[in-house]
Amino acid sequence: MNVDFNIDIHHLTRVEGHGNIHISVKDGKLAEARWEVIETPRFFEMMLRGVSAERASFLTSRICGICSISHSLASIRALERAMEIEPPEAAKAIRLLAMHGETLQSHALHLFFLAAPDFLDMPSAVPILHSHPEIVKAGLLLKELGNEMSIATTGRATHPVSLVLGGVSKAPEKQQLKQLKEMLMKRRTALDKATAFFRTLSIPDFVRETEFISLRNGKDYPFIGGDLVSTDGVVRDENDYLLMTNEYLTDFSTSKFTRVSRQSSAAGALARFNNNSRLLGHRAHEIAASFGLEPICHNPFMNNIAQLVECHHIFENAEILIENLLDDDLKNLRNAYKPKAGEATGAVEAPRGVLYHHMETDDDGKVVKADCIIPTTQNNANIHYDLHALASEAVKAGKTDRETEKLCEMLVRSYDPCISCSVH
Amino acid sequence: MNHLGFKIEKMKIGSFDFTCCEGCQLQLANKESTLPAFLGLLDIRNFREISSERHDDYDIALVEGSITRSDEIERLKAIRAQAQVLVAFGTCACFGGVNSLKNKIPADEAVRGVYGDKAVETMPSTKISDIVTVDFMIPGCPVSKAEVERVVIGIVTRSLNNLPKYPVCVDCKQKLNTCLFDLGEVCLGPVTKAGCDAVCPSGKTACLGCRGPADDMNFPSFLQLVREKGLSHEEMMEKLTFYNGFADYLDHER
Repeated sequence: MNVDFNIDIHHLTRVEGHGNIHISVKDGKLAEARWEVIETPRFFEMMLRGVSAERASFLTSRICGICSISHSLASIRALERAMEIEPPEAAKAIRLLAMHGETLQSHALHLFFLAAPDFLDMPSAVPILHSHPEIVKAGLLLKELGNEMSIATTGRATHPVSLVLGGVSKAPEKQQLKQLKEMLMKRRTALDKATAFFRTLSIPDFVRETEFISLRNGKDYPFIGGDLVSTDGVVRDENDYLLMTNEYLTDFSTSKFTRVSRQSSAAGALARFNNNSRLLGHRAHEIAASFGLEPICHNPFMNNIAQLVECHHIFENAEILIENLLDDDLKNLRNAYKPKAGEATGAVEAPRGVLYHHMETDDDGKVVKADCIIPTTQNNANIHYDLHALASEAVKAGKTDRETEKLCEMLVRSYDPCISCSVH
Repeated sequence: MNHLGFKIEKMKIGSFDFTCCEGCQLQLANKESTLPAFLGLLDIRNFREISSERHDDYDIALVEGSITRSDEIERLKAIRAQAQVLVAFGTCACFGGVNSLKNKIPADEAVRGVYGDKAVETMPSTKISDIVTVDFMIPGCPVSKAEVERVVIGIVTRSLNNLPKYPVCVDCKQKLNTCLFDLGEVCLGPVTKAGCDAVCPSGKTACLGCRGPADDMNFPSFLQLVREKGLSHEEMMEKLTFYNGFADYLDHER
């Protein structure tokens, strides 16, 4: 059947930021498939010049409304490494719990409100509130728990208040920690309900081999700092982030593209899983196995399931962190420091993948040079080439333009792109 | 739905973002415990971030972000033409926000610094009231969902009140926080509009003025306070310029 059609999705919905999908089919063959990021750039690297180290993380957190804690901690880590500042142990635990809160909130938002409507053929989560109220309720309970963790550890859900250079400015109240612990126990039911729901969804069967990039420290499932690794066997020091990104420009996107050993690579929950699955908590491990998720999984749609698996890991690990914090007097929260000249990278695993901030300071601790490389930036090329392969397969299989369009939209959403973040 | 015997009409809203982090829109989906009730007051006609349904028959437009590109000006004007009420939603829309920090560098230099020789369009960041008439401002970086709820309830029940006129210090004192000035930090609480529940000083970090100037405040006395305490003028200026909310007060201070 020789069909001709064009798919032009302008400002794709249910993703953070502005991106377009363009697919062109001529004589029943894919002629072109393009992922265009058309977000307005904000020039954060330029804004950072001359900003004090003290204030830098308050600026960079504004790169992203969903993963502001990750941005804050990437900057703080870069500046602490540059100026040789070591935060106290309690502060490290509070920061990790903050990361857990953000990841849970972000994954719940994506799974239930951005991704799920596609699987149920609905335009948004609002009608799901009526058709599957229990599912939306479970999603909200998980998202709220994530936000409560962020509020207890950083002062609020978005744009953290108390994450500061040298540690944290304020610890969670013991009462807040006890409440969090209770919420974690009670909301396990919501997580199980969510897991059962995702088991009923049919995940598209699509595979394109790629290289997965994430942090790895060999001890814990990674969130803050570590070696930069890939499933193709690349291992680099945190400061060598540029060798893991190799940013380049295309003429159709305001976000840069990246690559490592192949023409594109991927970051995110699936990449973390593929590089670190053995470090997941016991329950998370079981859940992964029950979905048939095994490393190295090359189906980008399984990123949804990898996010769900990580929610289970967070439930397990957050409980341990809270126990430890309850046993701590929480007095030693912040170490004093003297500003100085230096240069370093801070890498963290944001919900959508590995995030790099590189900072150079002068003698007064002012930022003289900054570079931020965002997870979605590292996924843009992979999304672009995936779209090509997916649309090509769909056309070969005789799918209509409508079916192809939906699959392509679902593919992009599976990456949970944070586009305004990627054009920062 | 009824309130005091009056029928309440759902608010037909559109939510739109320009140059920003989209964190303010995200707040609409926060405070999950009251979210279903909150959504019950809204008829969401256009909200790209969460829904594939897009209609142009909204009455109230929430506009997030500042303006930094010519296509944004056209899009904003079209939204203004449709909306009966246009709300500047968040600090970027109200004052230009952190995006304004790029205005200290010439646009072509900023482009060269990030994109090299590739031509990328950008203009100095402006607040949306520089382009269109704004009917109501909800400042905050990000906006406070509790305040957004108060405003939405005020609109649907035709009982909208103004935001607080007093500064953040009033709320902060009620929380019995130690004053950050006493800990040797410049805090913008004395001059910034309240309504955020003093969230930053309660977390022991200084207010950076994201909500802009309070109506009832004394700016010269604030400057004097910083001088008397012997605190850094440079630190004060970094904070006062962080969100561009105090631009009108600073011309003589630079």
